Amino acid sequence: MKRAPSTPIVVLVHVGLVVFTVVALLPVMWVLSMALTPSQAFASGGLPIPTNPSLANFTDVVTTVDEDGTWLFVRQLFNSLIVSASTSLVGLALATTAAYALSRWEMPGKDRAMSAFLITQMFPGVVMAVPLYLLLDEVGLLDTLTGLVLVYATTTVPFSVWTLKGYFDTVPRDLEEAAMLDGANRWQTFAWVILPLARPALAVTGLFSFMSAWNEFILAATLLGDSRSYTLPVVLQRYVSDQGTEWGHFAAGAVIVSIPVVLLFFALQRHFVEGLTAGAVKG
Amino acid sequence: MATVGFQALHKRYGDTHVLKGIEAQVEDGEYVVLVGPSGCGKSTLLRCVAGLEEISEGQLTIGDRVVNSLAPAERDVAMVFQSYALYPHMTVAENMGFALRVAGRPREEIQARVAEVARMLELEPLLERLPAQMSGGQRQRVAMGRAIVRQPAVFLFDEPLSNLDASLRTHMRVELKRLHQRLGATILHVTHDQVEALTLADRILVLNQGIVQQFGSPRELYDTPANTFVATFIGSPSMNMLRGLPGEEAIVGVRPHDVVLGSGEISATVDVVESLGAEALVHLQLTDGTPMVAQVPEPASVKPGDAVNLAFAKVHRFDPSTERRL
Ligand SMILES: Nc1ncnc2c1ncn2[C@@H]1O[C@H](COP(=O)(O)OP(=O)(O)OP(=O)(O)O)[C@@H](O)[C@H]1O
Ligand SMILES: [Mg+2]
Repeated sequence: MKRAPSTPIVVLVHVGLVVFTVVALLPVMWVLSMALTPSQAFASGGLPIPTNPSLANFTDVVTTVDEDGTWLFVRQLFNSLIVSASTSLVGLALATTAAYALSRWEMPGKDRAMSAFLITQMFPGVVMAVPLYLLLDEVGLLDTLTGLVLVYATTTVPFSVWTLKGYFDTVPRDLEEAAMLDGANRWQTFAWVILPLARPALAVTGLFSFMSAWNEFILAATLLGDSRSYTLPVVLQRYVSDQGTEWGHFAAGAVIVSIPVVLLFFALQRHFVEGLTAGAVKG
Repeated sequence: MATVGFQALHKRYGDTHVLKGIEAQVEDGEYVVLVGPSGCGKSTLLRCVAGLEEISEGQLTIGDRVVNSLAPAERDVAMVFQSYALYPHMTVAENMGFALRVAGRPREEIQARVAEVARMLELEPLLERLPAQMSGGQRQRVAMGRAIVRQPAVFLFDEPLSNLDASLRTHMRVELKRLHQRLGATILHVTHDQVEALTLADRILVLNQGIVQQFGSPRELYDTPANTFVATFIGSPSMNMLRGLPGEEAIVGVRPHDVVLGSGEISATVDVVESLGAEALVHLQLTDGTPMVAQVPEPASVKPGDAVNLAFAKVHRFDPSTERRL
């Protein structure tokens, strides 16, 4: 029998939880407060409460236009969405098939391939920036979103393959054999039996790919030259310059950038939790 | 419906020789049960028929076709797995109709056939459930249903009842028998359970270490076991094997209920008496220390420590070197 914890312990636990929640939320509150304060100064000291709150910073960021009158923000938001969604799709298409093959077939060099995937994860983006720049220049994909998607997809594939292979390994082979006896070929078995079962793992890896692409700055700043092809992290960085930083605009931009990820996270939350705990309980 | 033929069939995994020249002919519409100790190759044999394992040597025929190199789907066989292997994300109806859907049958036909089989197995109220929302017995019936919907030439069952509790197992055994009578299908059924084997089988194939020991009707196996392995494997409690009886070269096998207590020239002492209700098992020791079991009607006339004389109503004799029946 478990005894209920005593009152002082409950109080202590809650105080601890409150402290950690505040610590975690304070930076977010600061950004929100700066975004809502019309001045471009860096607000410091005091509580994260905006002075003369207004949406001016948001309007400024959203309505930015270039010399030709192109509505830059929408263009750049669209770039970010396209790049992140494509990265997710391309990455998943490559990773699911690779992970399935690695999970189900014996092949020479399989363990080494899995380690190789891990090794690629050890290099930070900066190290890759120059070689990737030269490579994309060579194939004429520099300053294109296609080039950026390819680069992102290849960097997310290793993590996705590891996650998905781990998941596929837990799917009983009986199911595939039953499907084969039911007349399904390899592809049908994969698409109709394995993939639907791997839904939680797909949600995790899909979200991971989307977020990596959405937040990535260094490679995007290196590989994209024209402000019309910028993704949002590059745009944000433009508010920080030698002449001074427009903190209000920066904060407003940061808030806008985080919204889609938050929404996506909520939408996938259920699958996400399932995916992280997958295999813990046998169904 | 179809026959299944094994001609000198071998299966090796690398250096492990699992099936060593299986020879057998299963007749059309026959219910054949495969029995043998754990690891003797029963599942492997079944998986070879299904096409899930490649045959290393020899020939496998289904009907008049040699199917060695045919894919599982082309063999016209359906299998019920010990784990049932139901697709967890599909409803009962979808599970049962999966093969037809893969085959591209029209929706109405799939529905009609699923409905018909569901009626037969009393699964109608469960058609929209997911496998996780059902009991073991219900899942078992769905697994059966999925096989039946396909109307295959041969059914393969790998320990289909072993995950059920005893009473459900008895119930499903009767269901299986009824199903066989109704469909008249050829069935290969693997089991560990003697009663299952004896009650269901037209013929039992006894396998040991990848070799067929005997292939015959339950009566044949019981009355005339081909060797000491079959003699001790079939029947419960198992046959007494007596070596070195006075004036006897051969190994003498006596079923416990063929032991008659009271008269005869073999003497023994009673060790333990176990009551089974209508009958009792009397554990005995011969004068040379050999243990023996007698099955007698209750109330048993003996008690532990008694000295008794024995006679045998029927004996089986086996060659001491080859262990074959004499
Ligand atoms: N993929 C494999 N690779 C190597 N050896 C295998 C493989 N599959 C089975 N075996 C071996 O083949 C032998 C027969 O296995 P099988 O599963 O057919 O036994 P079984 O008679 O079904 O046993 P049980 O009653 O325990 O289910 C075993 O010794 C097993 O270790
Ligand atoms: Mg087995």
